[in-house]
Amino acid sequence: MLTIEDADIIQGLRRGDESVFASLFDGYQNSLLRLALMYAADQRLAEEIVQETWLAVLKGIHRFEGRSALKTWIYSILINRAKTVAQHEGRYNNLTLSLDEQPESNEPSVPVDRFHPDDDHPYPHHWLNGPSDWGDLPEDKLLSDETQKVILAAIDGLSPNQREVITLRDIEMLSSEEACNILGISESNQRVLLHRARAKVRQALEGYLER
Amino acid sequence: MDEHDLTCQELVELVTDYLEGALPETQFKRFEEHLSGCHDCHHYFDQMRFTIRLVGRLSESHLSSGAKDELLDLFRDWKKELPEQEKPENLEE
Ligand SMILES: [Zn+2]
Repeated sequence: MLTIEDADIIQGLRRGDESVFASLFDGYQNSLLRLALMYAADQRLAEEIVQETWLAVLKGIHRFEGRSALKTWIYSILINRAKTVAQHEGRYNNLTLSLDEQPESNEPSVPVDRFHPDDDHPYPHHWLNGPSDWGDLPEDKLLSDETQKVILAAIDGLSPNQREVITLRDIEMLSSEEACNILGISESNQRVLLHRARAKVRQALEGYLER
Repeated sequence: MDEHDLTCQELVELVTDYLEGALPETQFKRFEEHLSGCHDCHHYFDQMRFTIRLVGRLSESHLSSGAKDELLDLFRDWKKELPEQEKPENLEE
C-alpha cells in the first residue's frame, strides 16, 4: 500500500531527520491550509488547525501502519481536527445531516426553465436557450483574478459536503477512492456531491462570464 | 434502464458519472450519441470541463504562511524526546 517515497519519508521522520520534515512541510502546507480554510472562520484559526495537524502527525508517526497513503492519513487528521474546531464554533452544523438523506439529490444541475417543458414540443426537454461556447471567450477573461473570485465565492456557497468533495477532487486532485476514504462516504454519494458542486460552480461562472 | 434516447435535461445530470467512468455501457453509449448530435449539450459538456479546469487552477494560488520556523522549532523539541532506538546509530553518540 505504501509507496517507496512514503516509506522513506516515514522512516526519515521516525529517526528525526529535519530535512525530511522540512520538505514534507513544503509539499503539504499550502494544501493543508486550503483544506483548513474550508472549515475555519479565518486564516488565523486555519493556521492553528494546520499547526496542530503537524504535531499530531509527529506524535502519530511511530504508530502509523501505512494502511492508507501518507497523504490520505495526513489529510484525514487535518479534516477531523478542522471539523471538531468548526463544530465548536457552530460553523459546521449542516454536516451532521446524514449523507444517506442526500437532501440535494433532487436539485437539478440546470434550472428547469432552461428546457422545453414536457411533451408539447417535438424535442421535449431540449434546451430552450442553449449554453454558449466558452471557447469563444477571451482567454484573459477566463483566467482573470475576477473569474477566480467568482469560483471561490461559488465554492464558499456550497453545502459543506459539496465543498469538501470538490476541494479534494478538483483542487487537490485526489482520486475518488482517496476522497471517499478521507470523508468516509460511498463512491456514489461522492459522485452526486461532486456533480452538484461542479454544476453550481458552472452556473456561477455562466452568470459571470456571459454577463 | 429506460428504452428512450437521452434528453438534454437528462444528459446534464450525467456529466460527472460519464467523466468518472461510472455509467453503465448502454447509458454510456446513449450519452456519447446524444453529445455528438447536440450542439447545446456539447457546449454544456465543454463548460463543465472548463469549470473543472478553472477550479483546478485554485491549487496554484499560494496561501501565505509564516509557520515554518516555528514548526521546525517544535520538530526539534519533539526530536529530543524520541526514544533512543529510533535515532540513527553511530550518529548521535
Ligand atoms: Zn442535448
